[in-house]
Amino acid sequence: MKRRQFTQALAAAAVATGFPGLVKAQAQKLKVGIILPRSGYLGFIGQSCQKGADLAPGVIKEMLGVDIELMNADFESNVDTARTRAERLIQEGANVLVGPFDSGAASAIAQVAEQRGVPFVINIAAAPLITEQGYKFVFRNFQTAGDIVRNGLALIGELFQATSTVPRTAVFMHVNDTFGQAMAKGIGAFMPRLTQLPFKIVDTISYDPAAKDLTVEVSKAKASNADFLLLVCRLNDAIILRREMVKQRWNPMGIVSPGSPGMYEEQYFKTLGKLSEHSISNVPWYNPKGRLTQVVEKAFLKQNPKDKLVFHGLNAGFTFEAILIAADAYKRARSTDAKTLADAIRQTNISEKMMLGGPIKFNEKGQVEGIGSACVQNLNLLPTVVLPTGAATAKPVFPVPGYKKA
Amino acid sequence: MSFDLVVNVLIAGTLTGLVYGLMALGLSVIFGVVRVVNFAHGEMMTVAMYAATVLFAMLGLDPFVVALPVAAAFFVFGYVLQAGLINPFITRPEHSQFMLLVAVAIVMVNSLLMVFGPDARNVQVDYQLDSFEIGKILVDKARLYAAAAAVLTAGGLFLFFKHSKAGKAIRACADNYLGAKVVGLNVKKYYALTFGLGCVCVAIAGCAMVLLVDVTPPLGPAYTLLAFVIVIVGGLGSMGGALLGGVLIGVSEALAGLFIAPSAKSMFSFGLLIVVLLFRPQGLLGKR
Repeated sequence: MKRRQFTQALAAAAVATGFPGLVKAQAQKLKVGIILPRSGYLGFIGQSCQKGADLAPGVIKEMLGVDIELMNADFESNVDTARTRAERLIQEGANVLVGPFDSGAASAIAQVAEQRGVPFVINIAAAPLITEQGYKFVFRNFQTAGDIVRNGLALIGELFQATSTVPRTAVFMHVNDTFGQAMAKGIGAFMPRLTQLPFKIVDTISYDPAAKDLTVEVSKAKASNADFLLLVCRLNDAIILRREMVKQRWNPMGIVSPGSPGMYEEQYFKTLGKLSEHSISNVPWYNPKGRLTQVVEKAFLKQNPKDKLVFHGLNAGFTFEAILIAADAYKRARSTDAKTLADAIRQTNISEKMMLGGPIKFNEKGQVEGIGSACVQNLNLLPTVVLPTGAATAKPVFPVPGYKKA
Repeated sequence: MSFDLVVNVLIAGTLTGLVYGLMALGLSVIFGVVRVVNFAHGEMMTVAMYAATVLFAMLGLDPFVVALPVAAAFFVFGYVLQAGLINPFITRPEHSQFMLLVAVAIVMVNSLLMVFGPDARNVQVDYQLDSFEIGKILVDKARLYAAAAAVLTAGGLFLFFKHSKAGKAIRACADNYLGAKVVGLNVKKYYALTFGLGCVCVAIAGCAMVLLVDVTPPLGPAYTLLAFVIVIVGGLGSMGGALLGGVLIGVSEALAGLFIAPSAKSMFSFGLLIVVLLFRPQGLLGKR
């Protein structure tokens, strides 16, 4: 090596190792590491979230004039893999991490982000503990499990008011995984406080989310003679359960989820066809009438001409918003320096947003408060917002046609 | 708790148990004759389930109609697998046989993942959501037909082993390997025939099962484990034991779900397994 080459190499190394902030400050693009479960048992939902990430750079460039480079990583629905993917994305130069639609993976990535001092914006993960650890680089724009239950139960009350119905009893069925147990605890805690709810839970039936047969569970639920089914489910079990209800000729007033995935997913409609009709999910959702929603929908259809945003609304919407938060902070900070970027994220105040609820503002724990939920009912083979009235595109149907008092 | 609820659950458990029993019957027959434990059993059933979904999607054929061609294909597959791959391992240590069939299972699961992806698939026939109503008792049509197919297949297999020349020869090979060779039987050919017949059971069980559950590639190992539990409870190598074990597991899971907690169902089948291992290690109908 000649003396000039050696000096150049030395200078490059010094810049790269000694002055990372300087190098990052000169970057033209914000590098966003997207960590999602695009394969494995959460693969379907991970791919749904990815659609929101894929459309983000184009929409955000138009909105904010910020250039974004996506660095995609699949954590294969495995928490350990999520940790290693996060490490690798940071090594490869990601300025901010976004993901991962899973509380377990979010906890693992949060530890890595905190250790390495890289901002991490969570798109979807509900475990309350993630933002209770005193982390400085972890931010969440999604409801905690407690918020989901509280909002979901409140919407059930609104549903009964809107349809002038007074169900007296419910049978509560829930998956027995971490999410299902947390939701069950939440319902147990909030139900006694919500005195406006006219019903009481006459039986609680927990089941394995990986169950292949729910004959006994549905038999028990039917035997309870409850007016309606309160359900905390995942996708596959929701499909099995709905089929079993038809086989056993059980027609309660309705199936209402106080806040779980499953019944608004595309696969639920594809597999069940007309049987998917009228199921209700009270979940964080996008505002179908919002201006930003129209923009995102246009971009979505351009990228996925055969698909519909409504089947990916929750997943794609929150993923898009997580990237929007990072881009907005980058624009204000004018730097990719991790601490500067994290400080800018903390100061976020985005009022024009896609998802329901108030402006995106983080509290001192890095949690956005006031994210809204919607009562989403399956009508004409589409998930349709029926409450709150301001965002509704149709009226709720309850009890469902064909309801037969047991 | 009402009487009709208990009866409904009992019927559902019995019918599902019969299909489980047919699946386990294949495992029991193979072990009883060839003395090789098929660790790819559940995976083979998953392949049969996928075959039924593909034929249904492409040709709109009912899984019970495609059961015959799928069974024929599985017979050939089983015969070739035994003749070409497993026969050389017959005299090798048991851990070699174990690893061989575990490897076959892993290849099957990953091949299914590559071809079909991780999403669940199913078939949807007219009668799938129908039930027969007898007073307050509801009998799921698909489950009843699946159980009938299981009983018919098991009956056919019993008759084959009891009355056919080939069946008698297979039983001779199972009873006395050396004696069978001495009298001039082509033992390896009969082993291959037996493996093929075991695969026929698996194929028909798979075609029936696809009406009851959605199929995904990771389903295989769970069914392999279930088949083992059933044949150990019923008696490894006993054909009647496999069916009895299937029904016992089906019924015990259903009753445990009803009287204790649905999420504790599988705990009960494993509890039953422990009790049988403690007090009758050869299984309920097994020989010492």
